[in-house]
Amino acid sequence: MKKGLKVSMLILLISAISLAIIGCNDKPILNVYNWGDYIDPDVIKDFEEEFNVKVNYNTFATNEDMYVSIAKGGTSYDVAFPSDYMIERMISEGLLAEINKDNIPNIKYIGEEYLDLDFDPGNKYSVPYMWGTFGILYNKTMVDDVVDSWDILWNEKYAGQILMLDSQRDSIGVSLKRLGYSMNTRDLNELEEAKNELIKQKPLVYAYVGDDVKQLMVAEEAALAVVWSGDAVAMMWENENLEYVYPKEGTNIWFDNMVIPKNAKNKELAEQFINFLNRPDIAARNVQYIGYSTPNVAAQELLPEEIRNSQVAYPSKEILKNTEIFRDMKDMLSVYDELWLEVKTER
Amino acid sequence: MKLKVLSYPYVVWIAVFIVVPLALVLLYSFTDGDLEDLNFTISNFRKFLDSKYLNVLWISVKLALESTVLTLILGYPVALIIAKEKPSKRNTMIFLFVMPMWMNFLLRTYAWLTLLGKNGVINFIIEFLGFKPLDLLYNDGAVLLGMIYNFLPFMVLPIYSVLVKIDNSLIESAEDLGANKFQIFTRIILPLSIPGIITGITMVFMPAVSTFVISRLLGGGQYMLIGNLIEQQFLWVGDWHFGSAISIIMMVFILITMAITSKFDTQKEGSGGLW
Repeated sequence: MKKGLKVSMLILLISAISLAIIGCNDKPILNVYNWGDYIDPDVIKDFEEEFNVKVNYNTFATNEDMYVSIAKGGTSYDVAFPSDYMIERMISEGLLAEINKDNIPNIKYIGEEYLDLDFDPGNKYSVPYMWGTFGILYNKTMVDDVVDSWDILWNEKYAGQILMLDSQRDSIGVSLKRLGYSMNTRDLNELEEAKNELIKQKPLVYAYVGDDVKQLMVAEEAALAVVWSGDAVAMMWENENLEYVYPKEGTNIWFDNMVIPKNAKNKELAEQFINFLNRPDIAARNVQYIGYSTPNVAAQELLPEEIRNSQVAYPSKEILKNTEIFRDMKDMLSVYDELWLEVKTER
Repeated sequence: MKLKVLSYPYVVWIAVFIVVPLALVLLYSFTDGDLEDLNFTISNFRKFLDSKYLNVLWISVKLALESTVLTLILGYPVALIIAKEKPSKRNTMIFLFVMPMWMNFLLRTYAWLTLLGKNGVINFIIEFLGFKPLDLLYNDGAVLLGMIYNFLPFMVLPIYSVLVKIDNSLIESAEDLGANKFQIFTRIILPLSIPGIITGITMVFMPAVSTFVISRLLGGGQYMLIGNLIEQQFLWVGDWHFGSAISIIMMVFILITMAITSKFDTQKEGSGGLW
């Protein structure tokens, strides 16, 4: 009797669990892999309702994290959001599926300056999602020189008040640009020179930071910082003493595009999702939540005037002419790593 | 030793989550090339012998040693004071000591940022008292402070648990035989508490030598410690072979330190049981 009870309980439990699993499975599932805090959650909800699907949403913190889990991890994602140089690497390693543009008619809303770029000619593998630049954010009450050049970050007057990015590619890129070289240089002498300048700068640097830059600049703990344009908008919103400038030597422009990994299980639904995010009303709502810049021209027109005319989020063509996109450095990665190590261990 | 059926899950657990990963790290460290055609090589270890990398190891070990010594100097008297109290008071004190550890470690370290910042709480008080504000954050002192703050309980708890177990009659008989307080401490209490000290040193030194979060947050990214180096190899450069080699070097280093400390542990208690 007792044994019978136990067995029947077990059967009940198993059937309950399997029912629950089957219950979840009646809707198609879309696995999305995006940067943290990089989409309006309501947009996902709307997509789920409109297409009667379930979105499985996962996040990553850096391109490299994402690359490792797509290239070496066992999980399969249907849509991911890597940046320019990483898309180039993933294409060359055969990790991405070609996108069927017939399923993405809304691509017509994307401005042509954001399409057909070097990292993915003809946009065979990726559709633009967000873009931005990086530049110098400074506090008007703490800096009395004209800020228009990367040189200000080497000015001894501001020793102990300068924040640099804790990222080898970005910081070495700043140093290269200041010297008038390309951010994608493979010339060892130019890289060596850029490294020496960073070592020279090190005593002036208060800290090499990541996301904590926002807190530090808003609280006026430092006077100057290298920041991403999207973060700059948010910080200037919180502290009106802050100002963002594009250095005259030029800077980096970056793109986060939507891609479909080769091992995606639901490619067609992924294309529908990409198309959905490019619908002007959805794209406009989404970009207002995130604060970065949308490549969707129709969506740009739906934005409030002060955002649309902001030189930080949507700089003029003249400024954009002087920008460079990061390319995949491939075998140069270990060279960058060693140079950065020398900067970091210098004391 | 015969394995009981009940222990099988643990054996499987150890195999899957400890032995296999360790073997993989070891395999990666002695090879190069792709998984399909691995070549045996010691070049990963030779690469580490460059002064750049040795310097990173030296900085990490130095910082870990400094924080271990300082936690011992600060922690031993605390443990002694708590152990001397009445049992009821003792438990409350230990409870208060451990309570901050319930909070997330990152959160506690972040809290120091607001305390030590240029416009932080401490500088606010200093300025209020009419002094010039100090540069407290993003330097060696801040990193050391963060380490000591986070690791102090790991030093105090093992020493305390050894001290409370010391038989009071030993101390009483020493007193009867005419020993003064100083002699009682150096000849009886200190030698008997050595197993606790050894455990404390190992428990502080190991996480201290491999930490990279504290140094990044409170050191302002101006440090490259061995933990950061390993992370960079795996995530940024994608050189898993060199990354594994550095991990192995660090493990060997920790094993050597543990072997040295256990030499002082004549009673073979605590961590000394490992050897």
